[in-house]
Amino acid sequence: MSLSQPQPNTNEPLRVVTPKRFVPHCANIALRSVEQTYESNKGPRLLALDNINLEIAAGEFVCIVGPSGCGKTSLLSLIAGLSFPARGEVQLNNKPVTGPGTDRILIFQEHGLFPWLTVGQNVEFGMKMNGVKKAERKQKIKHYLQLVHLDQFEDSYTHQLSGGMRQRVAIARALATEPNVLLMDEPFAALDAQTRDLLHDELERIWRETGCTIVFVTHNIRESVRLGDRVVLMTYRPGRIKNEWKVDMPRPRHIEDVAVARLSAEILGEMREEITKSMEAEFTR
Amino acid sequence: MNRFLKNVVFYAILIGAWYGIARAHIWPPYLVPAPGDVFDALHDGFKDHSIWIGIRISMERVVLGYLISVALGFILSLILSTSKTLQDTFGRLFTSLQLLPSIGWLPLAILWYGLSDKAILFVIVMGSVFSITMGLEASLATIPRIIPMAGRNLGAKGWKLFWYVLLPASLPNLISGLKQGWSFAWRALISAEMIIVSLGLGQLLMMGRDLNDMSVVIAIMIVIFVLGWAIDTLVFRTTERYIAHRWGLSNPS
Repeated sequence: MSLSQPQPNTNEPLRVVTPKRFVPHCANIALRSVEQTYESNKGPRLLALDNINLEIAAGEFVCIVGPSGCGKTSLLSLIAGLSFPARGEVQLNNKPVTGPGTDRILIFQEHGLFPWLTVGQNVEFGMKMNGVKKAERKQKIKHYLQLVHLDQFEDSYTHQLSGGMRQRVAIARALATEPNVLLMDEPFAALDAQTRDLLHDELERIWRETGCTIVFVTHNIRESVRLGDRVVLMTYRPGRIKNEWKVDMPRPRHIEDVAVARLSAEILGEMREEITKSMEAEFTR
Repeated sequence: MNRFLKNVVFYAILIGAWYGIARAHIWPPYLVPAPGDVFDALHDGFKDHSIWIGIRISMERVVLGYLISVALGFILSLILSTSKTLQDTFGRLFTSLQLLPSIGWLPLAILWYGLSDKAILFVIVMGSVFSITMGLEASLATIPRIIPMAGRNLGAKGWKLFWYVLLPASLPNLISGLKQGWSFAWRALISAEMIIVSLGLGQLLMMGRDLNDMSVVIAIMIVIFVLGWAIDTLVFRTTERYIAHRWGLSNPS
């Protein structure tokens, strides 16, 4: 059986959508007239984000797509509190974001795992920083590694794992701090298609089980339609919100589903213009 | 094992050639002593404890000087890493000061501290602190941006970020800086000891010269060489290899 074939997921019971995800601890996010600029080497400051208004409901799975250079990463960094907007406000649960916090964890394309720690210690890291007791940490390492099906790799080092496994460790490490919001920056872009398909299934399941709000940035439109409750398209520099689509197809979806393909084609139609702009900018640089 | 055998053969040939040249009496024995004479000098030196004492005193000095350099280097590199302006001014000055051979500090040290232990210590510190500082600074600067970002994101800040994230992340490069600093300190020590009556290995070397005893000179050179090599290999290379392995860096040689 080939991994790329759509297989009914046998190890999963039929899902009734009684989302555990409306548990009270998940968070909503709001960006109000957010503007972000960057120092550029020569010339004036670069406008990366321009007048972004975005409301994300608690427990929602939102995908943000756009060509490279549209400020998707800047947007996540603002929500994470690792940087601050030049203008406007970022709110979490109706309170302004004042800095990083373990209620919002970022997952990067280059996983950002710590190579000097074992898989288990990586998962433990956030809990350790936040003063979780040792016994509880031990328990949670087990739990979250099981969740990503890596419990037998607890004592391995990250460089002994494959790319897909590392990305799962990064997810487990993020989840172990029990965040309300998971911020994912093209987390599967460096993986092969088969691994990516599997991780889509796993991410969807984890989302259902934990009830996190997920903001997922990608340039892969199919992926965004496969995963998101909503897809937000951004323009090329400066990043503005161009359009958005509610994805109300039933879950679980598959990346090959006809409905997924149809909506993707529609979104791609609108995105093509932005891609052209980004290409032109690259070539005339 | 193959490489080990090659080296055994290599050194056997080297010593054999040396023996041959010495026996041929091309040069008088007080200029080119035979291996046996050097071995005797080594044997006598260890037997009357002068070499042991020299090793102990020299090691104490260099370890103390090195530790001071490492501590200073740590503080200085942390301060440098906070400001671009400091890097452009002090950082550049430190980089150029590395070029000053450590022995160049000796006259200044003697005028400040007299012919004393302190002067030797000063030369060791000045000879190694700049290279250690710049090595540490570079190792902090080359950490991939994503690592501290992930650390902060997971709740590490302040000293925790430094201790649990930045320090281990910089360790592979940091060890190279520390290793280079050590070799600078070692060279500075021997140079300084040669000029100041000090009981260390450097002075033993000079004593051989004063007594016109070439076998002693070569014997002490061998001791200095073997000691420097042993520390480099046993301490620094082993650590480097362990870290490279543990950090998953591609095949360390």
